[in-house]
Amino acid sequence: MPILTSLLAGLVFGLGLILSGMSDPAKVLGFLDLAGPWDPSLALVMVGAIAVGLVAFAIARRRGTTLLGLSLKLPTARHIDRRLVGGSLLFGAGWGLAGFCPGPALVAFGMGELKAVVFVAAMLVGMGVFELFERRGQA
Amino acid sequence: MTIDWNAFTPLASLAGGALIGVAAALFVLLNGRIAGISGVLGGLLKPVKGDIAWRIAFMLGLVGASAVYVLFAAVPVPRIDAGWVALVVAGLLVGVGTRYGAGCTSGHGVCGLSRLSPRSLVATLTFMGAGFVTVFVLRHLVAL
Repeated sequence: MPILTSLLAGLVFGLGLILSGMSDPAKVLGFLDLAGPWDPSLALVMVGAIAVGLVAFAIARRRGTTLLGLSLKLPTARHIDRRLVGGSLLFGAGWGLAGFCPGPALVAFGMGELKAVVFVAAMLVGMGVFELFERRGQA
Repeated sequence: MTIDWNAFTPLASLAGGALIGVAAALFVLLNGRIAGISGVLGGLLKPVKGDIAWRIAFMLGLVGASAVYVLFAAVPVPRIDAGWVALVVAGLLVGVGTRYGAGCTSGHGVCGLSRLSPRSLVATLTFMGAGFVTVFVLRHLVAL
């Protein structure tokens, strides 16, 4: 059952990305370009998503377990450190460079867009590099 | 600042955003997890037994979204203007950055802000700021 609901969540997430316009890098860059002709649409994507999310996370926290009876696995980290800020800076630079963040890139990958395939491949390499350094750090 | 009214899609973006919120809601209320794309995908590169199938299922849903979307409406074609080198560099930055920063637009931006997490607020302001600056530099200073 958790497998099916996970598939459903991924699917609905992807449908939302397409409907909202986020799967189109040119539209994302139109939002990130404050000095050009600015497209504020993506701010409304966040408003819509967070409006629903606020309610859902409040309910989840109050219940303590999920409707499937599973335990909540929410992040516990609270510290704001160099990793958080440095990583987010790198991510933001990459986002501004191509207009893709991970979700929309995977959706466009699913459309068979060759450029999205290349981006996703590079993103996986980047994630792999992170894992390698993490492993070395633990050794 | 001038607003590009022709490109502005308030209703579709608000509705699409709400749908993203519904997906995050389903995921936390049913699976008890954060719908953070970089985290779900990144976890597959360090596979832990019993922690793989749901990640693959989520990815299949995401990757298959356009195949389902087309049953209801035409799928807008993504306009990807970045060149090949830029795409590779961008992909590497996004891959490394989202893992070090422990999240992306979905995990920190949507879920983190919905959880009122100060950590996610800092991450979101940081990557959005970096995105704004990068686009400003590329489009208005370097003007490639």
